[in-house]
Amino acid sequence: MRFLRQTLTVAAKDLRSELRTKEAVNASLSFALVILILFSFAFDPTAETTREIAGGLLWLVFAFAGVLVLNRSFARELANDCLEALISSPVPGAALFLGKALASFALLLAIEVVCLPVFGVFYNVTWYSHPGQLALVLLLTTWGVTVVGTLFSALTVNLRLREVMLPMLVYPVLIPCLMAAMQLTTTLVAGDPIAGDQWAWVRLLASFDIIFTSLAVLLIDSVLIG
Amino acid sequence: MSALAIEGVWKFYGDFPALRDIRFNVEAGSCVALLGRNGAGKTTLLKILAGLSRPAKGQVKLFGQDASERSARASIGVLGHGIGIYDELSAIENLRLFANLYGLAEPERKAMEWLERTGLERVKDGLVREFSRGMRQRLAVARAFLHNPRILLLDEPFTALDDRAIAVLQTVLREALAEGRTVLMSTHQLREALELATHVALINRGKLAFTGERTREMVDDPGWIYRHYGEA
Repeated sequence: MRFLRQTLTVAAKDLRSELRTKEAVNASLSFALVILILFSFAFDPTAETTREIAGGLLWLVFAFAGVLVLNRSFARELANDCLEALISSPVPGAALFLGKALASFALLLAIEVVCLPVFGVFYNVTWYSHPGQLALVLLLTTWGVTVVGTLFSALTVNLRLREVMLPMLVYPVLIPCLMAAMQLTTTLVAGDPIAGDQWAWVRLLASFDIIFTSLAVLLIDSVLIG
Repeated sequence: MSALAIEGVWKFYGDFPALRDIRFNVEAGSCVALLGRNGAGKTTLLKILAGLSRPAKGQVKLFGQDASERSARASIGVLGHGIGIYDELSAIENLRLFANLYGLAEPERKAMEWLERTGLERVKDGLVREFSRGMRQRLAVARAFLHNPRILLLDEPFTALDDRAIAVLQTVLREALAEGRTVLMSTHQLREALELATHVALINRGKLAFTGERTREMVDDPGWIYRHYGEA
């Protein structure tokens, strides 16, 4: 119970800080919208090939925009040595990690929810035909991106080149997660439901989330304490 | 039982030994002034005691518990070089946050109590980024003392404080010592530290050069200890 309370306290603190400064959200949201709109002008939205790449394009944009949010996850603790104050408190590393991951997860989901209608309009796709399944893909993929990004954000927090290092470390690890998300989203935005063999991609996403959440929770103390 | 037991602690930065076989005990209720020149290893030792860094060899115990254990960390209050306060939160939000993280009962009341003790109750809803430096430092003192820690680890606590913040810190330190809490503070401000200290530990290039009771001689002549046990 105390672990859960500490996790939620950290998450609430991060969300409050971000909503006051809007540093990461503004940058991430504007980046995502600009890229989505620019690509819509580059491709013919009525062409079949555009619809085929729409899922991939959407997740590339979310992944790039997501890193802007995840970069701030631990970096925001650097000012005034707040990270030291947190580590020297009795908050377990896992609660600190999960709190930060939950806050980033909420921010990324909010950005995705804003971007989806824009995506639908500019790419002429009916993204809402299977809302439950799309929500499942969004939730599983976003959690995977968040967990990996938050862990590497902790790892790179003291590096001078962390803004460069984070994407270099995160994207290779995210390949299976993004591949699954792209496959599933392409199906869903084409108006088809997830069926048959495609559930294997969902299982891959769920396994990815479980494995990386467990790894992150186990490793976070070693990452944070030098 | 010793409040702090430092047993053969070594710490390396690359090949460089920042701490070399440091061992000493701090009795409960005592106030130790941790002295040493810049780069002697004071901050490194305090970071290990605060659970912010792991020793390469040796161990540190707080009231018999390993310093890295969560319950041991609940018994320490740390005031380091940074204030450990969030600029984008208000004073009360900062203290409430740490009160919740430490699992204190009645976090709101506790936060208000410390805002009053540090003279910040009138600006409790103001964002820290709008505070003067002195106000931020007083809030940092409140944050470190909020949970009534049994051990206080202070890294150069008087450095860069304004007069009011020094007065607040001296008052709360005296009260903490009167209540039997243990204080370990690194400092270059010998006069202030030696007036409060019951014991002195001197680190010289990562090695413990002296540990013992503070004497009248040290208070009258703060440079005495460096001349006798420090670097030439």
